[in-house]
Amino acid sequence: MNSGTEHTVKAFDSDINELRGMVAEIGGRSEQAIAKAMRALEKSDLDLAAEVVREDKLIDDLEKRIDELTFQTIALRAPMADDLRELIATFKISGVVERIGDYAKNIAKRVPLVTQTHRLRPISLLPSMSKIASELVRDSLDAFARRDAELAMEVNRRDQIVDDFYNSIFRAVITHMIENPKEIGEAAHLLFIAKNLERIGDHATNVAEMVYFAATGEPMPERTRGENPTTPLDEALEDEID
Amino acid sequence: MHEDQKTLEPSESVNMTDAATPAKTSESATPKMTARHVDVFYGDKQAINDVSIDVNMDSVTAFIGPSGCGKSTFLRCMNRMNDTIPIARVNGEIKLEGEDIYASKMDVVQLRARVGMVFQKPNPFPKSIYDNIAYGPRIHGLATGKEDLDEIVESSLQRAGLWGEVKDRLQDSGTALSGGQQQRLCIARAIAVDPEVILMDEPCSALDPIATAKIEELIHELRGKYAIVIVTHNMQQAARVSQKTAFFHLGTLVEYGDTTDIFTNPREEKTRDYITGRYG
Repeated sequence: MNSGTEHTVKAFDSDINELRGMVAEIGGRSEQAIAKAMRALEKSDLDLAAEVVREDKLIDDLEKRIDELTFQTIALRAPMADDLRELIATFKISGVVERIGDYAKNIAKRVPLVTQTHRLRPISLLPSMSKIASELVRDSLDAFARRDAELAMEVNRRDQIVDDFYNSIFRAVITHMIENPKEIGEAAHLLFIAKNLERIGDHATNVAEMVYFAATGEPMPERTRGENPTTPLDEALEDEID
Repeated sequence: MHEDQKTLEPSESVNMTDAATPAKTSESATPKMTARHVDVFYGDKQAINDVSIDVNMDSVTAFIGPSGCGKSTFLRCMNRMNDTIPIARVNGEIKLEGEDIYASKMDVVQLRARVGMVFQKPNPFPKSIYDNIAYGPRIHGLATGKEDLDEIVESSLQRAGLWGEVKDRLQDSGTALSGGQQQRLCIARAIAVDPEVILMDEPCSALDPIATAKIEELIHELRGKYAIVIVTHNMQQAARVSQKTAFFHLGTLVEYGDTTDIFTNPREEKTRDYITGRYG
């Protein structure tokens, strides 16, 4: 992306700066939504969970504003080269980050359903998993703010950790279900939550790929992208979350 | 002159320190025109510094760059229009189909028929529409009789997309047409002598958007039949009409490559600054 030199038309810079500000804000809000949803889950805090659901509206509104301004800027300023790449990236990132907000909301919505689940051993892995997933979100957006292609690649590599967590939790939950058939319902919710976190990690890598493109003009090399874990249940889980 | 000239991939930037490296657009196509190490001086002032570039038949080539960067000067070297300026001096080599256009045996009148030019301001002759087109073929002896000449006039106007608008008033003065029509008349006039290359120097800068769109459509249609080089200040226009773009700055060729690459991912910072509006 650009080296910081200003455009001859200053209004162009102010549009771009406003967009960058909004991307930082939507990123910050979605990170916060993940943290709050997980705290609500750990503490069985229904009020906090409800707050996450309510605040998702703010994320949705921000996405709309980002899309409008991006669209307008492309139409009015006819951006070229790195400016064009940055605006296209902004447009796509806002959609992806909004989706991350939805996953956080989905976790929050399950809080009332898993209040009795604290006895379930697999739940102990979720906070660590969410910590890493939310770091990926933060780092991918930091990479965008700093136009840091290196950090973007690093985010994609680290997504593997989130995937590994998911695979462990998946196996642990299935084992628990087999051993405790009466708790299958609640255990399933834990699985959905783990799946949500896994998807958040994936979306962070989508952001990272756009950052890499915006910064370098090239698609991110394939080898840094991790394989997504896919089990027979995953497609069904995906449908449920959507 | 240089036996060991390397070729550049499209979009690869031109290394100005390696003077033996011309900017070449495509591996397969034989270039219509080649320029090597071209310097142009106006008196003591150097306007073009060591420019090497190939122009191909199958693509429209756009020259872009800030005012005074040398793009028009370079364009005018390509059919020796700079000969008309007494203090202008051209070094290096420009070839058309392998023939040195600055060789002493080169007939300049013939050269300018083979390498036609369209200017910024439409400049039809103060004659009828018919005679504007017929003039070139007549002096070059391209028509064998009235019928033949009529056919050249019609086909040239057809190709320039003007026939439908003027066929019933071929005897009206060319200067009575609108600006956009006049410019298409000038293109038809250039086409009439069956050129190989058409050079266009800001052909749309005096035209409204609709007339501009018609010229751009015409350029698109003429592509492949003629090698076309267009100098434009309008970067959107360069992006719309050309397949290859050359960026000039302070008399040097900074970057030459596929238009898509130049406008989405330029290699050189100077190119980027110019096309994104950060220049100067």
